[in-house]
Amino acid sequence: MINNGLQPFNCDGPSLTGQQTPLIVRDLTVAYNRKPVVWDVDLCIPAGKMVAIVGPNGAGKSTLIKACLDLIPRSSGEISIYGSPYRQQRKRVGYVPQRESVDWDFPVSALDVVAMGTYGQLGWFRRVNKRAKALAMQALDQVGLLDYADRQISQLSGGQQQRTFLARALVQDADLYFMDEPFAAVDAATERAMVELLQHLQQRGKTVLVVHHDLATVPQYFDWTVLLNMRIVAAGPTAAVFNQENLRKTYGGQLTLLSQAAEALLKSSP
Amino acid sequence: MPDVSEIWDVILLRDYNTRLVVFCTMLLGCACGLMGGFLLLRKRSLMGDTLSHAALPGVGFAFMFGVWMGGDGKSLPLLLCGAALTGLLGCATVLFIRNQTRIKDDAAMGIVLSVFFGAGIALLGLIQTMPKGSAAGLESFIYGKTASMVMQDFKLLVFITLSVVCLSLLLFKELRLLCFDEKFAASLGLPVRALDLLLLGLVTAVTVAGMQSVGLILIIAFLITPAAAARFWTDRLGLMLILSAAIGGVSGWLGASLSAFLPRLPAGAMIVLVAALFFLASLLGGIKRGVLVRVLRQRSLQRRIGRQHLLRALYEILEAASPLESRSQPIVRTPVPFRFVRGRRSWSDVELRKILKRACADGLLRHQQGGDEIMLTEAGLAQAAKMTRNHRLWEFYLIEYAEVATSRVDRDADTVEHVLGHEMVARLELKLKKNSQVGPNPVPASPHPIQPID
Repeated sequence: MINNGLQPFNCDGPSLTGQQTPLIVRDLTVAYNRKPVVWDVDLCIPAGKMVAIVGPNGAGKSTLIKACLDLIPRSSGEISIYGSPYRQQRKRVGYVPQRESVDWDFPVSALDVVAMGTYGQLGWFRRVNKRAKALAMQALDQVGLLDYADRQISQLSGGQQQRTFLARALVQDADLYFMDEPFAAVDAATERAMVELLQHLQQRGKTVLVVHHDLATVPQYFDWTVLLNMRIVAAGPTAAVFNQENLRKTYGGQLTLLSQAAEALLKSSP
Repeated sequence: MPDVSEIWDVILLRDYNTRLVVFCTMLLGCACGLMGGFLLLRKRSLMGDTLSHAALPGVGFAFMFGVWMGGDGKSLPLLLCGAALTGLLGCATVLFIRNQTRIKDDAAMGIVLSVFFGAGIALLGLIQTMPKGSAAGLESFIYGKTASMVMQDFKLLVFITLSVVCLSLLLFKELRLLCFDEKFAASLGLPVRALDLLLLGLVTAVTVAGMQSVGLILIIAFLITPAAAARFWTDRLGLMLILSAAIGGVSGWLGASLSAFLPRLPAGAMIVLVAALFFLASLLGGIKRGVLVRVLRQRSLQRRIGRQHLLRALYEILEAASPLESRSQPIVRTPVPFRFVRGRRSWSDVELRKILKRACADGLLRHQQGGDEIMLTEAGLAQAAKMTRNHRLWEFYLIEYAEVATSRVDRDADTVEHVLGHEMVARLELKLKKNSQVGPNPVPASPHPIQPID
């Protein structure tokens, strides 16, 4: 029996099926070339949570996010964002793709990239106007990259590129954020600054889902955790589901990770 | 060789035919350059090649269809429609093979473009044997033949160029996002597939329109070369596209003019060669990412590093030679034997001599004893002290804030100190002032033992 960790939070409750719940996933299966990558996933994320999605490589973390955003076809299942399909809620959703998914040699500046976050609101044919630029500058300031606004993006470090993507998501001014490994290639100090920004979003009632790799920081950063390995191993408040038992189920025989996780647990429990 | 008056005739576009051809190739160049920019950034360069090669059987089919319908088969709109149809069919085949099998893009394109092209050649051969219709001139689609251009071509090219320019202006923001970050574009609800189709449609229009003048084999060069050349000059997409269109237009003009001087040289080949010259010049001289700029920057950095290593080595040798109790006083200049300096780092004799020679020319040091001894000048010593000070400040910073082991700090500081600007040094000073380790002046003591000489 899989402990899906949903006991403390029931998705089927009358108050929660409605428009308040940022994300409800039912029966989601995604397959590449007939090989399932995400299998029968049921998930329910309450509003205002910082959510970590953890799991080994190939566990389907990115796939889950992409399926939620309608970026890849799903074999079965339903996804509801604030009570409706994604295409009706686009303006309430922000997205940070993996850094490697784009060519950083592209002839645009950091400001250009961040301004892309306003395209959804601008609509077709409209040029990037002063207001959009001002919003982008503000977001660049928030992530500490104001001085780099005019830099071509290949001249930014990995961490700065990651922050550029975060700024672009901030500009989207969404209620629900999906972030695919936003802390990859980021140094410790920058990571803390970025987490602070995310926590600030959370305080404003936003919901943030983050694909995260560093198990040691999960209890520290996130109040909700989804353990994923093709299926949901457990999902719920970090304090309830982030335990050795569930980590073992998620990571199987990968001992190095297990010992890391054990270390993380030792650190987190006083 | 053409005489001067002929050359003037071409340059001033006195001849109606020359004028028509030059305007046509210029327009084509602008449209190709613009579309090529998007194609290059969307990483679909070879799609244009597939498209143009796969267009040939369409020409053959259209001709046969025309003859069958009772004409002579050489109606240009019909031929171009046929070309566009099989061209797109070729692209669709590539996508089909890629999506349905494990064969990758490049292999799929290789297969499709050669098979379609082969089929086209076979069809043209077949047409030669047909009793009705004159197939003469069809092979000009392969290599291009500007002489056959008429007013109709010009009108078509004006229309295509205007459409390409207008759509690029209108959809600039959307196409930029599509080319840069397809996934994010899709998450915003941008119809990625429709935009890709539009791009493909425009490329098809440009390619098919250009087949007559440049030929289907060379049109790919006209699409990609100007865009690739433009990329060396700028980091801004808008400017890159304008430059690309300009390079395309000028290549078209010059190429067609050259071909008008020397009628034996086909315009298609001349245009591509001119575009290639632009590319070569950009590759070497491009101010943003040209090879020359990079080499020069690299060399000046290397020289600076060499110079700084030398000065610091000299300073540390002098420092080690001065008595301990006078360390708070400025270092005294004394001659340093060459072999001492040689032993400080893993530089070769030749390398070190070169660095010394340049430093000598800049008045930082003098050779004594026939080059066996080195004496810093006043200015040289000042700079050496500054260099050493920067190095040590950085070392202190690494030890204090980055928790780098003292034994390793020399190596780490070594890589960074050369790029420390004034501002960084000032910030370091400010930061480290709080620590008692850094005195007011002149150079702080090294945080680690300095390797003994020899």
